[in-house]
This record gives sequence, C-alpha cells and structure tokens, in this order.
Amino acid sequence: MTKSMEQISWQEIEAGGVITEPGNASCYHTGTWRSQKPKYDENACIRCWRCYVMCPDAAISPDLENNIFVWNYDYCKGCGICAYECPAKAIVMEED
Amino acid sequence: MGRKVGIEVSIAAAEAVGLCDVDVVAAYPITPQTHVVEHLSELCATGELDAEFVPVESEHSAMSVCCGSAAAGARTFTATAAQGLALMSEIVFIASSMRLPIVMFLANRALSSPLSIWNDHSDTMMVRDSGWIQVFCENGQEVYDAIFHSFRVAEDPQVSLPVMINVDGFNLTHVIEPIEFWTKEMAQKYIPPFKPLYRLDPDKVVSMGAFGMPEIYAEAKMSQDQALWNSYPIIKQAWDELAVLTGRKYSPVELYKTEGAETLIVGMGTICETASLAVDKMREQGEKVGLVKLRLWRPLPIDDIKNALAGAKNLLVLDRAVSFGAANAPVTTEIQSIMYHEKDRPNIYNVVAGLGGRDVTPEDIIKMLEAALANKNQGYNIYGVRG
Ligand code: SF4
Ligand code: SF4
Repeated sequence: MTKSMEQISWQEIEAGGVITEPGNASCYHTGTWRSQKPKYDENACIRCWRCYVMCPDAAISPDLENNIFVWNYDYCKGCGICAYECPAKAIVMEED
Repeated sequence: MGRKVGIEVSIAAAEAVGLCDVDVVAAYPITPQTHVVEHLSELCATGELDAEFVPVESEHSAMSVCCGSAAAGARTFTATAAQGLALMSEIVFIASSMRLPIVMFLANRALSSPLSIWNDHSDTMMVRDSGWIQVFCENGQEVYDAIFHSFRVAEDPQVSLPVMINVDGFNLTHVIEPIEFWTKEMAQKYIPPFKPLYRLDPDKVVSMGAFGMPEIYAEAKMSQDQALWNSYPIIKQAWDELAVLTGRKYSPVELYKTEGAETLIVGMGTICETASLAVDKMREQGEKVGLVKLRLWRPLPIDDIKNALAGAKNLLVLDRAVSFGAANAPVTTEIQSIMYHEKDRPNIYNVVAGLGGRDVTPEDIIKMLEAALANKNQGYNIYGVRG
C-alpha cells in the first residue's frame, strides 16, 4: 500500500516524482474538501445516469441490485455538479 | 585515436551527436544554433544516423517532444538559442524536475529586445535555476568532447538529469577549428546503452509528471536539488575517464597561470581564451595576474572555486549577462556568496562585458582590470558603455 503524502520523506520520493503504483490518487480523500453534501432521493430519480457520468471524482456508482445510485463520501468533494445536472431534481445539496 | 579535422564547431558537434547513437532529435532552427540542427537533419536524411528527427513547429514543442522521448527511454538531443530557450523554458524546468536525461546544445545568444542574434549569456542565465547541469566551453574541441561527456553524465542512473552545453554563439558555433574526432568504438566504450530509471512501458506501468500537493512539493524539490548536487562526482569521474580515452583533461574549475597571482580574473566560456591572452601580456610585464575558468556552472563547484581563489587579493569577475536590479551580475553573485565566509576575503570587482556580441579584446580585459584596481567600484559596471 502506498504511504500517504504526509509520511513520505524526501529520500523516499522516486526520481522525478515518478509514481510506481499508479492510481495512488485514491489514497487522497477529496471528501475532506466538502462543505455541502449531495442528498439523493431514489423516488424522484429517473435512472438517467447523468450524475454518474458528470461526477468529476467518480464518487457516484450504480447499485444495480437495488436499482439505485450510491455515493462514496470519501471522494465526493461537494462540488454540486450532480445536483445541477440532475434533470429530475432528485439530488439536493445540503450543509455538511 | 580519431583523426584531426578542420571543421566548423557546430558541424563537429552534430557529428559527435551522431557518434553517440542518438535516437531522437527534436529541434526548431534558430540562429546561431541552425547549423547543428541542419547537419543532424542531413545525417538522418542520408541514413548515416538512424534517429527520429522531429521537425517541430516551435521550441516549446521541441522540449515537449524531448521529454516524451526521454521518458520512453530514447537517447534524446536538442539544440536552441535565446528566444528559442525562452519559448521552451516552461518545459525546460519540467525536464529537470522529472529527471529526464536530455542533452541540449545551447548556442548562447542575447535575449530580445533589442533583437540581437549575437552572443552573450543572458539566455542561459534565464534558466540558471532550472535544475539542469550547465557546462561552458571555450573552444571547439571542448564542445565536441562535451557532447559525449553530457550523454554519459545525463544518462548515468545516479544522475538522470538533463545537461545543457553552453557554446558562445558565433564566437564559437561558427568558427572553424582543428578538432580531434572520436571513433565509433570510443563513443560506444564511453557511453553505455541508455537504461532509464523509469520509462513509459505498458508492461510496467508508472505515472510521470503527477500533481504534487503542498504536503509533498517541498520534499520533491529537496530530492531534485540533492540529485543535482549528487551529479558532481559523476561529472568529474566522467571527465577523468574521458582523459584516459582522449588525453584531454577537464575539470569543473581550471587554472591558467595562477601561481603566485595576487589578482585573478574569473570567467566562463570563450571570454576565457581572450582573458588568457590578457594574462600572458600582463605576466610579461611582471604583473601577478592569473585566470580561473569556470567550466561547470550547475551544480556550482563551490569547493573547487574556493580552492582556486584562495589567497588572491583581488578578483575581477567577468559576467556576460545583466541581472537587472540585482546587487551583482550572476557569476559575481555566486563568487561573492562563496568568498564571503573566507577569512581573507578578496576584493571582488564585477564587470559585465560582451553584451549582445560586443567584441571584447585582450586589451579591453587589461583596461577593465586596471580600472577595477584603480576605482575599486562596488557593484557591477557594464564595460565600454558610451555616455
Ligand atoms: S457533489 Fe460533486 S463530487 Fe460529490 S457526488 Fe456530486 S458531482 Fe460528485
Ligand atoms: S441525474 Fe438525477 S435522475 Fe439521473 S440518475 Fe442521477 S439522480 Fe437519477
């Protein structure tokens, strides 16, 4: 597992800042940036998948078994794009 | 040992790049670098050099191609001058921070404006803090040898940094000199195959040039700075091995008639040839004057400079660029900060000379020295300015 940024000393940085375990951006929880949180209403949702496509942090994923969308709040930074894009007003932003 | 050829320095440099079996050349022609690039494109066109020649649309693209090429594990060369370096400068800093071992021939030329195609060091000083290894050359043989040395150093896995070879525009790029060529065998013996620390490889995936948060940026810069300092012993070792191969000895700092000298002239590049003639004349008249030539500019060879300057009463530092609004010109600033902590600090006089191709003769250097010792000016003077 990749070390978190705060623990890496300068000697441990790979030459040129190369990342030998690609995808380690997942170690960084952008959810800590959030001041507002999207709230999902599955009854209003028309399953158009627009929020899933538009989320810049890939924080929304489909739960196919239950036919709903779920939010990963470790990465949802509260940008509000999903709420803005939702054609059914099924997402509202609330104070976090 | 190779044959001796009377040849234009730029053409010889391109021939040296060819002998190094370079894989990719990406460059945009700009005076006074043009002959280097033209000759390399000829070598590629005739099949003498089996390399990819990328005729990019700008210098920004040239350095971008070089970064991609070095990241893919290809031996990479480019050349530029002045405005070309200015245009590529964004990527110049990225090449060194990403530890990409690119070799660049910089035909030193004055920056605009006024538009000038002639020689000074304002272009290289613009990227002084870019983290590249920067070396200066005094004559054609040095330029030719520096090409091999630069590939050898840049690609050493303990270094993995780009190298900039500073060659005074016209004063050196366009002169015809007798140059002793290397053979292909010598080049192959001296420069091992390029084995990059990391490379873009679909079978072993890495990410390069990633984002750095405030939590990691300082550590990344510390690591980069240490890498540049750590290149010093490798640079020296590669010069020592070059001496075994060719009989020509290079050092980070070189001395000329410094025994018993009370006054030392310090310079970089072709102005040192001129200064050596001035020293000859003054020595003939019994004056205790010597010359210290700085070959390695980054990483700065601090201890070599201290040793070379120890015991001198006066230093005349010749700069070929102005650092506008600064306490001194770039070379002098370094020399002053090195010598400040010495017990017997010398008087340090700074002259900026040879801007934008203004000719500097040995007589000029004698005049600069006489004026400096008589007037004891602090700060920098631009020599020969009218008015
Ligand atoms: S608020 Fe932004 S980050 Fe969070 S789920 Fe919606 S689109 Fe994604
Ligand atoms: S954008 Fe709105 S309606 Fe469409 S899937 Fe997402 S929540 Fe449902």
